[in-house]
Amino acid sequence: MESLEPILAKHAFFEGLDPAYLKLLVGCASNVRFDPGAYVIRQGEEARHFYLIRQGRIALETRAPQRPPIVIETLDEGDILGWSWLIPPYLWRFDARIVEPTRAIALDGKCLRMKCDDNHDLGYELLKRFAHIVTQRLQATRLQLLDIYAPHA
Amino acid sequence: MPPTLEQPGISQAASDPMCPEPYRVASVSRETHDTFTLSLEPARGVPAAGFEPGQFSMLYVFGVGELPISISGDPEQAGRLTYTVRSVGPATQALVSRATGDWLGVRGPFGTAWPLEAVRGKDVLIIAGGIGLAPLRPAIYHILKHRDDYVRLIVLYGARCPGDLLYKKELAAWGRSPDTQVLTTVDYGGMNWRGRVGVVTTLFRHLRMHPDKTVAFICGPEIMMRYVITELEENRGVLPSDIYLSIERNMKCAVGFCGHCQYGPYFICKDGPVFCYQKLRGLLGKHEL
Repeated sequence: MESLEPILAKHAFFEGLDPAYLKLLVGCASNVRFDPGAYVIRQGEEARHFYLIRQGRIALETRAPQRPPIVIETLDEGDILGWSWLIPPYLWRFDARIVEPTRAIALDGKCLRMKCDDNHDLGYELLKRFAHIVTQRLQATRLQLLDIYAPHA
Repeated sequence: MPPTLEQPGISQAASDPMCPEPYRVASVSRETHDTFTLSLEPARGVPAAGFEPGQFSMLYVFGVGELPISISGDPEQAGRLTYTVRSVGPATQALVSRATGDWLGVRGPFGTAWPLEAVRGKDVLIIAGGIGLAPLRPAIYHILKHRDDYVRLIVLYGARCPGDLLYKKELAAWGRSPDTQVLTTVDYGGMNWRGRVGVVTTLFRHLRMHPDKTVAFICGPEIMMRYVITELEENRGVLPSDIYLSIERNMKCAVGFCGHCQYGPYFICKDGPVFCYQKLRGLLGKHEL
């Protein structure tokens, strides 16, 4: 069976990470596959994992009354899905629906939190990487909110 | 130092740049619910104006008004000028309502062009937002016709929603060309949309770039261009001298007389619309400019 360590090492999220930390992380990792239409996460449910997308496309959605779900963003190969496992109360804030057949590595949030509590250097490394992603998504959301292509925008 | 942007159209229009030439509408095609592409042919006996990718013309709808519109057609297609116009007000509505055989007045072409000669041998990264793809399409045609002169061609294109994506068939065809990558996204996608959702800057996540070998051409809403430049400069390490953008302002005379399109020390019609970002660094995003 293929070890997940080289797959983690190749993923953009872990680029440049100390191999010793990768060895720690691989114990929390598992391979997952999803079919189109499936929901990987559901708003309000416990955030148990985050996902490194290896292939496919996932739509982040939110719900509003009397209208179809609103797609906020799609995530593709190389992207990360989910950081709610890191921040109390560890609940998902959005739905994530599979658009294209998707392969991913799931990392167990509770397992990671324990390792980060034991090894603060690892925790700091992960937090830096997540902070970068959160910042990028915040900037993108701000631009999206401006609705720059609207007539007379 | 960036290459000096030339104004190839000025000399052609210099005989009397204020006098429109009559052109006949040869075809009108609908691109989206509010955007149309018009092809114009000159009146019999008048040679069609040549142009360089990135230049614009002043299109005169008789009795309604005159508008600056970027040329969106193939620069090597002789005898015809093509424009993609979004209807956003009375004058643009009148323009897109022209039928085949109707007459328009055309001045130009005017302004600076994308520096396609100067960037030979490089990766060309084209980033367009909304109707900003139209002024870049002639540059894409040129690169695809002179493929050996450039290394990779990457097109990043963002629109408001799937129905607003321009030139859908061409985007797909360009993406099948050798060493060419075309990535599209929309800000708002419905449940049936299987493409990407997210602003155009999110497409950078899917790129492997060589910043020292890459030149970027950008056209879209100014705030989008600012976000794109931040991504290119701060996160990707592309030099300001390798970034070019097309700026839009209220152009009237198109030859630098009237001052309507003044932008700091520049007139967009004469010194632009295509600028090297190095020139605009202190101006872009400046309050009330």
